[in-house]
Amino acid sequence: MHTSRYIVKRIILAAVSLFAIITLTFFLMNLMPGDPFMSEKATEENRAILIAKYGLDQPVYVQYGKYLINLFQGDMGTSYVLQKGRAVKDIIFESFAVSMQLGLKALVVALICGIVLGCISGLCKDKLPDNIIRVFSSLGISMPGYVVASGLMIVLAVNLGILPVTYNKPGGEIMPIITLALYPTSYLTRLTRASILEVMNQDYLRTERAKGMSEFVVVFIHALKNSLIPVITYLGPLTASILTGGFVAESVFNVPGLGRYFVTSISSRDYTMIMGVTIFYSALIVVMNLVCDILYKVVDPRITLD
Amino acid sequence: MNTAKVKFPSLQNKIKPEDFTPLAEGYFDEENLDTEEIGYWKASWQRLKKNKIAMTALVLIVILILFAFIGPLLSPYTYDQQIRGDEALWPCLKHPFGTDRLGRDILVRCMVGSRISIIVGLVSAVIVMIVGSIYGAISGLVGGKTDIIMMRIVDIIYSVPEILLIVVIKMVISEPLDNLIQTVPAFHGLQKIGSGLIAIFIVYGLLYWVGMARIVRGQILQLKNLEFVTASEALGCSRSRLIREHLLPNCIGQLIATVMLQIPSAIFTEAFLSYLGIGVSAPMASLGSLTSEALNGIASYPYRVIFPAALISLIILSFNLFGDGLRDALDPKMKK
Repeated sequence: MHTSRYIVKRIILAAVSLFAIITLTFFLMNLMPGDPFMSEKATEENRAILIAKYGLDQPVYVQYGKYLINLFQGDMGTSYVLQKGRAVKDIIFESFAVSMQLGLKALVVALICGIVLGCISGLCKDKLPDNIIRVFSSLGISMPGYVVASGLMIVLAVNLGILPVTYNKPGGEIMPIITLALYPTSYLTRLTRASILEVMNQDYLRTERAKGMSEFVVVFIHALKNSLIPVITYLGPLTASILTGGFVAESVFNVPGLGRYFVTSISSRDYTMIMGVTIFYSALIVVMNLVCDILYKVVDPRITLD
Repeated sequence: MNTAKVKFPSLQNKIKPEDFTPLAEGYFDEENLDTEEIGYWKASWQRLKKNKIAMTALVLIVILILFAFIGPLLSPYTYDQQIRGDEALWPCLKHPFGTDRLGRDILVRCMVGSRISIIVGLVSAVIVMIVGSIYGAISGLVGGKTDIIMMRIVDIIYSVPEILLIVVIKMVISEPLDNLIQTVPAFHGLQKIGSGLIAIFIVYGLLYWVGMARIVRGQILQLKNLEFVTASEALGCSRSRLIREHLLPNCIGQLIATVMLQIPSAIFTEAFLSYLGIGVSAPMASLGSLTSEALNGIASYPYRVIFPAALISLIILSFNLFGDGLRDALDPKMKK
């Protein structure tokens, strides 16, 4: 299949997925029992007024159409509960700035550590460094985010007292970053190791050695280049993992980011917030997956698709 | 012999006296593993037995299952029993894991929590296996337009970030499920499991099977063109029989390997959800909810966090390691 045809197909698929997510989220939210004003200390009359004000009394398909039209204009409605009357879009952008700052740092840490550790592990196969790294990466993919967070908290903050428990003090970023980065780092380490082991056995490297190239050039220039290609495919899931990891990390360490907001909006039934965040995060992840898939194809023309 | 060697050096040099000595015992064992005499399952089991890490993990899994399912029966306390006068105890002989603020024994609560994690892992693996393999097999076998449409649906579900949707779907179906369980007598038995868990299973059934479906379809497409399939089709074998008797048994190894690695990922997700407070409902305990409850007092009562957190990691770790080993054993071609 031609690259350009593949790209077009992939973009259409991404758009359909996104549309499916929006539709599904909307109708699911509509099925939710109760309305956002249930906790309100208001008379039946006032509640009816509120419901009418936000258009919740109209038929579902009308609400859906309105929501779609508004969404395409970048309007996600207003928050009903948490920050009454504020535009969801503003809340998302404000708090996502915090999440993104943290997430990008975690992403860089995960990429660097994962690739370096994976290379060391793959190049020293079955020797001591490899064994140590493999133990830690197996542990890393087996610990849910909250386990990492609470472990760090007990050791670094409570027992040793070297790092602050809350986010806004100096050094407070370190623990959330480790929490977010540990799982992807371990996963990347395993991925890079497997990929290096596969590449090292290939004929073209033997040819290069036979031609008398130094081991350094063979390993670090020719082998590494090809073995890092599979890493690209993990960038999409990596983004997803860091975004959803944020729910836990931000709640535990009191980071005023979007992840923590999402968790609180769930418990307070803030429909528009939940929908807004779900759609926003899904869009980010779908776009990230799209970019990775296209990048994967462009970087390595040997790959045949479908 | 020496004279002969001189006469025809090129020929004779290759034959050494050692060549005529009998081979060491077990020389062919490695190769025999894949022949039909031993059989696929036995060969896989022999490969698995050699893998020390996987076997250790298997033993750990058995111990954890005993801990989770037999443990609560042996304990003098129940998971929701509040023992007066034993509130907020540190680990001691009477309560090896200590007690919580309400005087509940944490050991029993951890056992019950592990039970939930293991049940979630196993049940969701079964769901994923059934839904995914049926869907994938139909898509691969029928082919043509049906296949294209079915695979596009898979592509779409695949690109949906499942955690977000799980959160949303779970919130939506929890309450109606609760009502259903309470009103319809046939569902009363489910009360103990709780609507939260059932909701998780439903969501897994809706979303998690896509990877499985892709693998099965790929396998079926490979197998479909082999002679024995054509032969049985020519003999008038029905579609469903073809799937059941010829195609599925041939890709069962890879299916099991994939399913085994599905277990830790399902447990991981359940832990995440119950940590966020949308898993099991109180007073039922899950390892995730136990940790999140204890997090507030982490400075004074770290043990309340450490035990459930360590347990969940141990459970996921042993399933991960065993799954890796099983994959290598069942499908040596996939081994890197």
